[in-house]
Amino acid sequence: MRKKRDSSNLKAWLYLAPALLFLGVFMIYPLVDVFIYSFEEGYNSASQTYFGTGVYNYSYVLHDPYFLQAVKNTFLLVMITVPLSTVIALLISVGLHSITPFRNFLQTVYFLPYVTNTLAVGLVFMILFKKTEYSDGFVNVLIRWFGGESVDFISGPYWAKMFVLCFYTIWVVMPFKILILTSALASVSQEYYNAARVDGTSKFRIFRRITLPMISPMIFYLVITGFIGAFKAYSDAVALFGTDLNAAEMNTIVGYVYDMLYGDSGGYPSYASAAAIILFAIVLTITCINLLVSRKKAHV
Amino acid sequence: MDISLFFRYNVKKCMQQMRDKRKGMYAMEVILQNLTKKFPSRDRKKRGEVVAVNDFNFVIPDGKLIGLLGPSGCGKSTTLNLISGLIKPTGGRILFGKDDVTDLPPEHRGIGLVFQNYALYPHLTVRQNITFPLENLKGKDRLSKSQMLQKAMEAARLVQIEELMDRKPGELSGGQQQRVAIARALVKRPKVLLLDEPLSNLDARLRLQTREEIRRIQRETGITTIFVTHDQEEAMSISDMIVVMKDGVAQQIGKPQEVYDSPANLFVARFLGTPPVNVFDGCVRNGKLYIGGDEVLETPGVSDTGERKVFAGVRPEGFLLQEDGPLRCGLKGVEVMGREISVVSGNSASLNPTVRAIISAENAERIFASEESAEGKAICVRFALVPRKVFLFDVETEKRISFAGKK
Repeated sequence: MRKKRDSSNLKAWLYLAPALLFLGVFMIYPLVDVFIYSFEEGYNSASQTYFGTGVYNYSYVLHDPYFLQAVKNTFLLVMITVPLSTVIALLISVGLHSITPFRNFLQTVYFLPYVTNTLAVGLVFMILFKKTEYSDGFVNVLIRWFGGESVDFISGPYWAKMFVLCFYTIWVVMPFKILILTSALASVSQEYYNAARVDGTSKFRIFRRITLPMISPMIFYLVITGFIGAFKAYSDAVALFGTDLNAAEMNTIVGYVYDMLYGDSGGYPSYASAAAIILFAIVLTITCINLLVSRKKAHV
Repeated sequence: MDISLFFRYNVKKCMQQMRDKRKGMYAMEVILQNLTKKFPSRDRKKRGEVVAVNDFNFVIPDGKLIGLLGPSGCGKSTTLNLISGLIKPTGGRILFGKDDVTDLPPEHRGIGLVFQNYALYPHLTVRQNITFPLENLKGKDRLSKSQMLQKAMEAARLVQIEELMDRKPGELSGGQQQRVAIARALVKRPKVLLLDEPLSNLDARLRLQTREEIRRIQRETGITTIFVTHDQEEAMSISDMIVVMKDGVAQQIGKPQEVYDSPANLFVARFLGTPPVNVFDGCVRNGKLYIGGDEVLETPGVSDTGERKVFAGVRPEGFLLQEDGPLRCGLKGVEVMGREISVVSGNSASLNPTVRAIISAENAERIFASEESAEGKAICVRFALVPRKVFLFDVETEKRISFAGKK
């Protein structure tokens, strides 16, 4: 009996081996490596040397104004876009779910951003928001038409740039959320709504007491993945503000890591590693909190 | 005071209270007038409509249990949904007592509805599920938290689920969920209780128990109750009245026994009863019924000009085993059912693949004896027919033709 179990265990490991191998080489080894680099001062990837070990890298990164700017930007981006995009996606999904004509057409329209290239979308946003010598950009034309002062969204004040970045991010992440939420809504049985109607439940109460709890697992899923995704934001900022994000005050943590590795001021894998580990710690903490909350609040 | 006298006094008081309560939950006559529902055809190219309910007229008496019965797709659930107000009729009126509720939304009709799959909210406890309808009351009907809980408890007690109040629906068995659904439907003291296939999701034993339960609850509350089922046994066993439907048309309405004993047409005769009625090609000549050349029954009073073709339906219990019986069938086998036996035989005039006769087990000996002596050879069984259990139907209209001695 025991022998048989051993051999079947062996088989199990054999089948798992390819997956474990790839995970080990491409996930676990780099993770551990990054963790080690982050404690090695002045590591040089070409000569594979370093001066000493300690927490100096962390101290440097945490005192670097560019990093602090990146942290501030990332947190603002996360705190604004995740709740907003989820709420708006929920509203659109409910709207899509309750209309019958053109539903398929509208679903396609709302899904388009998902299959569109990030940089192409960035270009469109440039046309909408960028102010040049020749034109003010479409949004500024609108603002002036309503009697407002034109604003340079791409290289103007900080709040304007942050607004564009958030707008862009929300627009890009929305399709996936709408897709998930419309299917979640469709999976709620019509019988529940009928039962609520017989009891004279108001539309709002039906939504709050029945629909929302029933799709809450999906909402929490979207919030958790949304948080993780937003913390890893980088390409969106590049698409809008170009590669010199530090100068534009629009860098994100991942952007900072990239700059430290390959940017004009790059070549500091130790600092990059320290920043990456800090980001990892932040995401881990937030995700843990999210999971704890969702376990308490979400039904099922 | 003498203790027994005190006890008797208490019982009397209790009875009085119960009677008062019953009056409080006043029941309602439900009147359906020319009720019609047409659905647009699914196929867009084909014009035309599907008529789910066609010109339905029925006065459902106050405080009775009514079974809507029919095969799937006959419009019984649509009828129920029309009464509930979840769907709007294409034509006709629905009245509760003197109030025309045709244009009222479901919540203003004062109905309780139990869904086929119960539709209990899975994220709420049993207590929250039952109080849910009460929380929607507004204005002068608004209830305090304690009143709600009290009402929920009353409803729970009625269906005997007091000890399950803090559980979630997922933790309950099918039968318990059914009770919770009924409690939720009853908590607002509806005038009419509607049940959509209430027993279809339960296993056989629970079904028996639950249908008695539904009967008891209906008796206790006195609420006019309408339930939908495709199971004729279920409908006949607990209903005060049954409505047999086919293709959106009510075929027959009446007390279960009456409908069984005198079906209005071939469909109703075939639909009620297990084993089903045996149908033969027959003809009536000179006041006598012939099946496959055998003269089987005197049927005085059937109008026939020379010879009239009919369908003859014979209930399984309408056969009498007789050595010189007029109806001859080829014996195919005998099934023992304990209390009685079922004689399976064949007849060339039969429209059913086999003729099934239910014979009391005391008469079984002869059949068994003849079956054994036959040794595989075809043997003939002979039956006499009980006139009360024989129905004649017109070949064209499939309507019943009465003959003398029967209504």
